[in-house]
Amino acid sequence: MKIVVCIKQVPDTKGGVKFNPDGTLDRGAMLTIMNPDDKAGLEAALRLKDQYGAEVTVVTMGLPKAEEVLREAMAMGADNGILVTDRVLGGADTWATSTTIAGAIRNLEYDLIITGRQAIDGDTAQVGPQISEHLNIPVISYAQNIKIEGDSVIVERQYEDRYHVVKAKMPCLITALSELNEPRYMTPGGIFDAYKKEITVWGRADLKDVDDSNIGLKGSPTKIAKASDKVRKGAGEKVALDPDESVSYIVGKLKEKHVI
Amino acid sequence: MNLEEYKGVYVFAQQVDNEISSIAFELLGKAKDLAKDLNTEVTAVLVGSGVKGLADQLAEYGADKVIVVDDPELKDYRTEPYAHALASVINKYKPEIMLVGATAIGRDLGPRVSARVATGLTADCTVLEIGDFPLQAVPGQEQLHNQLLMTRPAFGGNTIATIACPYNRPQMATVRAGVMQKIEPIKGAKAVVEEFNPGFTPDNKYVEILDIVKAVTETVDIMDAKILVSGGRGVGSPENFKILEDLAEVLGGTVSCSRAVVDSGWKPKDLQVGQTGKTVRPNLYFAIGISGAIQHVAGMEESDIIIAINKDADAPIFDVADYGVVGDLNKIVPKLTEALKAEIAAAK
Repeated sequence: MKIVVCIKQVPDTKGGVKFNPDGTLDRGAMLTIMNPDDKAGLEAALRLKDQYGAEVTVVTMGLPKAEEVLREAMAMGADNGILVTDRVLGGADTWATSTTIAGAIRNLEYDLIITGRQAIDGDTAQVGPQISEHLNIPVISYAQNIKIEGDSVIVERQYEDRYHVVKAKMPCLITALSELNEPRYMTPGGIFDAYKKEITVWGRADLKDVDDSNIGLKGSPTKIAKASDKVRKGAGEKVALDPDESVSYIVGKLKEKHVI
Repeated sequence: MNLEEYKGVYVFAQQVDNEISSIAFELLGKAKDLAKDLNTEVTAVLVGSGVKGLADQLAEYGADKVIVVDDPELKDYRTEPYAHALASVINKYKPEIMLVGATAIGRDLGPRVSARVATGLTADCTVLEIGDFPLQAVPGQEQLHNQLLMTRPAFGGNTIATIACPYNRPQMATVRAGVMQKIEPIKGAKAVVEEFNPGFTPDNKYVEILDIVKAVTETVDIMDAKILVSGGRGVGSPENFKILEDLAEVLGGTVSCSRAVVDSGWKPKDLQVGQTGKTVRPNLYFAIGISGAIQHVAGMEESDIIIAINKDADAPIFDVADYGVVGDLNKIVPKLTEALKAEIAAAK
């Protein structure tokens, strides 16, 4: 079985957000990480590899620096890494990103494509389903508990108040939710091996069946009209008291605000 | 693409188990505003099996027209037949604007359909308005009028971006639940109902639903709650949520939680507040043992009063709390419940 996992390098907003004095996000001071949902997707792929045997290829699109997340993925156990990077691909919205990644994946053999549900920077959850549309294969979003049965995949597709047990013929694309179990760590041997392996680097010319009108900033149907930092209402009072005083403080505030 | 051909504001009227989802009514409320600005009509697209009878409800909430795509293949949500239904409606009727709820269905359907009809899609919008693109006239670039300007949070709510889709149609957006206002239903209102079936031929993209497992939930929708007692990882265990439930009960409130709690399997997803959960704006929001990751704050910062209890004095939740209490929730919350019980009893 051949599995392609799409991953993205994102700013680490979880571990500690850094702000400039004016309240804007200080991206220079923030570390980058492998997007958490993508890492969960990679973990799901590696478990399928452990269980059924599979060749796992990770694909990322980004700046040359995004090679870091490919190395990390390979240290965790992925077999191959492909970096799609080219100046003309920059500024892409989800449409142009998905056409680009689909163009890269067309060069590969695959039974299963796994993406994270969404990235923590854009939070759109769009690129996975859009890739599946460009490749004309089924998609199962918000998936957990992936199992293989013959030429089909069976997963739990989550909704707000229920889940569907869904069976799809491969090849298909799955967008993974962070699983309850944690992604594995890189192993020292894995890290060593990961740096010995070659990373494949593809540019615009390597994308298959992709029109120039569908890539990069120019090929993006959505345009940013305005971007601004959110105005927050700011902190109120903060007290550190013993438990009884804390309780009196809260009760006092609830009375003052006529909640009780 | 002749953009002039595309007319009208369309709403995907999500239904589950043949019951219209609240988001559909919210979208109709917003669509009415947009349609007024554009001097056009509001059309609801109702997709399902045996759903025609729901059209009147959509009329009462503001739909001028309802397009019904009714087919046995559409009984339960599956990406392909639903995408085929909505994309076929778009190709035939050519809407100027297509709104979809940012639900577990809409966030799957929206991208698949937008890719199929080759247009842009802006995710999880919180503000929609009609305006010019570019916002200010730029020399050498034609300023387009009557564009849909879609505003959404990005970077976990730290930045706000306004997006346009000036050269493709329809202009598509998914809209976060709980943000747009429904109108007061107009009893007895009728819409023009039109049935349309593009034909459904199962192929490899039609997945098979083997089982449907519904989560049993006895709680009210946290988006409707006036008082929310919300717990995070700091609560420590699923059992310890009992102290939050006791507090909620005394106040007549409801328990909700952060993503960490859902990811740990302590609480179901429908109680999750935040960027990937629900947006809430209750009168009173208790954030207990919640550090206040920006993804969480994005879903609750519009609450009228925010009270945070956290043992970490540097937790970011204190940056948005009206009243922050640094301390041990295990000591404070049970005592607070008792104190409130006494206060409420005394007031009676």
